[in-house]
This record gives sequence, C-alpha cells and structure tokens, in this order.
Amino acid sequence: MSALVLALRNAPAQRVDVGSLNPTALAGLSLADIAALTLSVGKRTVRVDDLFELSGDDSSDVVFRGDCSKLERIGAGMKSGRVTVDGDAGAYVGQGLLGGDIVVKGSAGAFCGTGMKRGRIEVTGDVADFAGAAIPGDMKGMAGGLLLVGGNAGERLGDRMRRGQILVSGNAGDYCGARMIAGTIAVAGKVGAYPGYLMKRGTLILNALPAQMLPGVVDCGSHRLGFLSLLYASWKGLPGPFGALDASACTVRRYMGDMGVSGRGELLVRGG
Amino acid sequence: MIINGVSIDDTFAEAFGMRGIRLIITAYNETWALNSANAMTGFATSVIACGAEAGIERVLSPAETPDGRPGVSVLLFAVSSKELIKQIERRVGQCVLTSPTSAIFAGLEEGDPVPLGKTLRFFGDGFQTSKQIAGKRYWRVPVMDGEFLVQDTARMVKSVGGGNFLVLADTQVQALEACEAAIREMRKLTDVVMPFPGGVVRSGSKVGSKYKALSASTNDAFCPTLRGATKSELDERIGAVLEIVIDGLTDASVKKAMEVGMREVCKIGAAGGIRRLSAGNYGGKLGQFQYHLREILK
Repeated sequence: MSALVLALRNAPAQRVDVGSLNPTALAGLSLADIAALTLSVGKRTVRVDDLFELSGDDSSDVVFRGDCSKLERIGAGMKSGRVTVDGDAGAYVGQGLLGGDIVVKGSAGAFCGTGMKRGRIEVTGDVADFAGAAIPGDMKGMAGGLLLVGGNAGERLGDRMRRGQILVSGNAGDYCGARMIAGTIAVAGKVGAYPGYLMKRGTLILNALPAQMLPGVVDCGSHRLGFLSLLYASWKGLPGPFGALDASACTVRRYMGDMGVSGRGELLVRGG
Repeated sequence: MIINGVSIDDTFAEAFGMRGIRLIITAYNETWALNSANAMTGFATSVIACGAEAGIERVLSPAETPDGRPGVSVLLFAVSSKELIKQIERRVGQCVLTSPTSAIFAGLEEGDPVPLGKTLRFFGDGFQTSKQIAGKRYWRVPVMDGEFLVQDTARMVKSVGGGNFLVLADTQVQALEACEAAIREMRKLTDVVMPFPGGVVRSGSKVGSKYKALSASTNDAFCPTLRGATKSELDERIGAVLEIVIDGLTDASVKKAMEVGMREVCKIGAAGGIRRLSAGNYGGKLGQFQYHLREILK
C-alpha cells in the first residue's frame, strides 16, 4: 500500500475546507469514493477530483501536495493516522485533533492546533498568529497533545490554551501565553512583548524575558524545579533544540503571574 | 530431606493474599533518599499492629529513576486496598513530603489506582500545580526547600504477605549469623522485602492466647527455654530459632526468595550449628498460599 496522495491540480483562488479529507473520515473508502466526495469552495461545491489529482490507496497516510496555503482545517478532528503537507498549509491545521500525526513541511496559517486534544502536529516552518489558541467563541484553545514549531510563531501563541505542549524552536510574537489556563509553552528563541498576559495557570519556558514585561508578572527567584527533568526527558529526541536539552539542567528563574487574574501561571527563564 | 546436614521439615509456610505497591523515592543524594525511605518503611513489621508491612527493596541509580536522581524503591503491603491507601497517604505525607529534597513516583505501571499526589497536593493550599508529562500527571507542591514533586496516582497489585521459614540452630549466634547470610542474598532479589528488623524475627507467634484480649501469642512450641515444659517442636540440641518473613509482589517472587534464603542457610550447614529448617503455618486453614519447603528445595 502506498500513501494516498492528493496533489492540487491548481492552487485554489479561494479558501477550501479540507477537514473531511483525513484518515479517520476516509477510512474504508475506495479511491473512487474519495474522488466523488464534495468540498465547498466559496459558493461552489466541487468534487475532490476536480481539485486534486488522486493516487495511492492507503487512506491512513494522506499526503497533500502543491500550494496548500489556502487549504484549511487540514487533518481536523482525525483520531489516528498521518497527514503530511508537502509545503505550506492554510489556517486551522489539526483543529480539534484527537490523535495521529500531522506534519507540515512548510509554514501553517492562523489557529494551528486550535482545540486539539491529543496527537501531534509538527510544522517545520513558521506558524501564524493564534497557534494553539481558542477560536472566537470558544472558551479553550489547545486542550492536549503536542504542537512542534520548527520556525517562528506569531502573536497570541497559546491564547486560552487549556492543556498540552507547544514547543517553538524559533521566536514567538507578542502576548505569548495570553489568557493561558494551563499547559506548557516553550520558546527557544525570543518572545515578543508582554508574555503571560492575563495568564491564569500554565507554564511558559523561555530563554530570556523581553524588555516589555507586565507588572503583574512577579519575580520568585532562582530555583531547581524537579518536574523539569521529567519534562525535558519526555522531549528527548524531538526535532529542534528541545530534543537535546540536558534533563539535569533544571535551574530556572521563576516568575509568577499574571497577578491581574489568579496569578498561578509561571514564566520560567532557563539558566536561572 | 537433609541438605548439608540440615534437616528440612516436611511442612509449609502459610502466606496470605495482600495488596502491595512499589514506590520510588528520589532525593538530592542517596543518603536523603534512604532517610526518607527508612522513615516511610519504619514501624511496618507486621500488619497485626502497624497497619502495613514495608521495606526497602533496593537502592536505585540515577539512571533508574524517573527524575534522574539517586533513589530508593520501597514495597508496602496491607491487608486491604482501603488500608493500603490509608497507610500510603499517612506514610508519604509524614515521611516523604517532609523529607528535604524528596520526590516520589509510582513504581508499578499496572494495577489498581492508588491516590498519591492526588490527596497530598492539598498541602499546597492552592499554590500546588499539576503537570501532565508523557501521559502521567504529577503535582508540584511548594515547600520550604523548593517543590515537592509527587506523581498523582500509583498502582497497587494483588500480592503475597507472610512467606517464611524458620532457622533452628544450636545457639542464638549461629541462628542469627545464618539469617544474616540469608538476608544478604535475599536482598539482591527484586519484588520482595523482609519487613522485620534486619529482615529477621525472633517472636514467632501462634494463633490465640490464654488471654482473651490477645489474638496471637508466643509460639511456645518453638521456644527453646520451654522445651521441657510444653509440647515442644525442638529437640535437645536446638538452642535458638529465628524466622525470616517475606512479603512479595508475586507468588513466584516469594517462593524464589524462600529458596535463595534457605539455600544460603544450608550452605552453612550442620558444621555451622544449623540443625533444621521449618516454617510457620496455621494448619493450612487461614492462608491462600502454601510454600512447601521440600518442594522448593528439591
């Protein structure tokens, strides 16, 4: 069996919701069945084979090819299997993901990983604003699983995040971890202004603090935190700098905040 | 059956079904891990009055512990799930949480859940935080030397308590030295602990007493000083009897520990004053497990 490849015939002019083209939804369907499925493109309804050239037969391993930057909700809600995007992906990658792996070999649009509960999303390039964040109207953003970003993350990374882990190898934009409820965000590069804005609980692991800090984030001193050795050990082997962290280097400078809300969140600056 | 001049009684050890658990205590160094583990497994020789039977299973290297620090694995046994849960809450709360630099983790992956940090976290008075790492939940409880890290839930399994054998020797010293040798070898095994002081017990008991308030009393048949005054199990050569009691996570582990211990005693043999090996039982009426000495040593 070979991976089910969905190669775009032409880059779509409008956004296309391809959330239904995931291993869970396609399980048991023949290539002809998949080809006959319909997708909404603007006001039009089109068949899958109008948009994509199909090949392969393993629907548990779906590959999108071509300029996929207008394809939205890639891998949304899938429970298992693997989705690969050869290139950039649109918004809402892995929305509500329940299991399996999504790999974007490029950059992803806004709200990547929103509402995901389990599984893993790896974006080798950048993610736009609101990765792991709650979409408007939702109370919670990411609620579990692992989001790996090889490049940079935009603003409001993990806004209203409830659980899970986001690891960013590059930089993160302003308001990183804003309104965070729980979970862990680690950024290897720099973070923008005001990390932890209105953060209730959860952990931001940073290498340095930005110049613009909230007054509600308070310094609690330098400490060795034992849980970090377990956390770092669990990351061992992951791509990027987090996979190579020394599990015994657990001393951090701990800041708590945002005292404007419950203030049980923490910003841990590595190296203490 | 006679091995190296040691007569093996045609009898069996009678053991009981218990609930057992393994916990891993880590600390800044081995000394502090042992301080905590010794306190936690202290006063845990017999369920008759201690609520639990416990001991240190072995010392763990940093590579063997979840947080990469020196550690100790302890085994704890109780007569019921309810009692085990109660004992863990008390002992971990008073002996591990209190011990500088300590952390505690589940040592068994399978079994029924037992609250560990789940209840102890409330010591944090709202400042406690949880982390889910690799599918397991941990609690971080702020304490005066930093944070007490404790796994949310541990696992307990059906296990065996009360495996035993008796060493009958010419003198008290010979019996003691034989038991010390046996314990040294038995402590190399995993899944078992010998919960009495130094692993050895001298006050073997029988069921019942002339005093109504007591459910157990001295095993007069094995008391050398009563040899002429009671229905003794001892002949004129036996000057002392000591017992080794074994609790294990599995039936097989108890059996193995009995075999290792008894063979070590037999190595000393009659030349070292060891005359007999026997075992404690209740006629086979009380315990779920029977360990026949001759079968184990054949």
